[in-house]
Amino acid sequence: MTSLTLNHYLLASGLLFSIGFAGVLLRRNIITIFMCLELMLNAANLSLVAFSRFHIGADGLPNYNAQVLVFFIITVAAAEVAVGLAIIVALYRARQTTHVEDLVSLKF
Amino acid sequence: MSPILFWIFTALMLAFGTSVVLNRDPVASALSLVASFLCLSALFVGLDAFFIGVIQILVYAGAVMVLFLFIIMLLDLKAEKRRHFNRLTLVGGGAVAAGFVFELLHVLNSFSMGKNPFPPLGVARLDDVRQVGITLFTQFNLPFQTVGVLVLVASVGVIVLSRRELK
Repeated sequence: MTSLTLNHYLLASGLLFSIGFAGVLLRRNIITIFMCLELMLNAANLSLVAFSRFHIGADGLPNYNAQVLVFFIITVAAAEVAVGLAIIVALYRARQTTHVEDLVSLKF
Repeated sequence: MSPILFWIFTALMLAFGTSVVLNRDPVASALSLVASFLCLSALFVGLDAFFIGVIQILVYAGAVMVLFLFIIMLLDLKAEKRRHFNRLTLVGGGAVAAGFVFELLHVLNSFSMGKNPFPPLGVARLDDVRQVGITLFTQFNLPFQTVGVLVLVASVGVIVLSRRELK
């Protein structure tokens, strides 16, 4: 069996991203849309980690700048989830719905 | 990472990812997302990023998904009713996603650097938590402090947003 190349990981990451992307476009439930956003963020993380392992420096170690960037992405994503879910809860209290088709006015 | 493990975990990750999109029940979607993240962290470990793999499980599968499940429980969401399907959205969204995959294949086909296999590590034992920590606290110290401020702002904002009467 041939060994794994960088393109294998990039393809896996791209497919995961497009699954999340299709979910954001197709689904009408705002919580499911939010979960699909998380899928897209994690797809980006996978390609960053693959590039980190691919780029072996002069000291024989992977490039850790990419992994620190992944760490930041995970932190910001966690904060984003907390704020986003709080907004969804406030929206549900005001409108009793989580369907994006029922939420068409900017101000209410 | 052995290629067999890579294919198994990638297939599982994509299958659970698809099930996030296709499930009508939000609870089933959330649990599929947890399974997808577990497979993703296995891929991270296969890429010798042990710290990121552990963080992925702790933060995503642990904290974030519990938050999702709590909110789904709090809002008492039933499985989505079979609404009249908007055919235009279905065709348009599917076409955009398929176009993205097509373009990705095209780009990867002409990306010659990516056709090389992964080079071996230059060290016998990888102390990757230490390396991530050194990079984080020397090169990226200012962004790290800034992220601390961001998390503080986010937590204050969540408390303000979830008060009973919102003006």
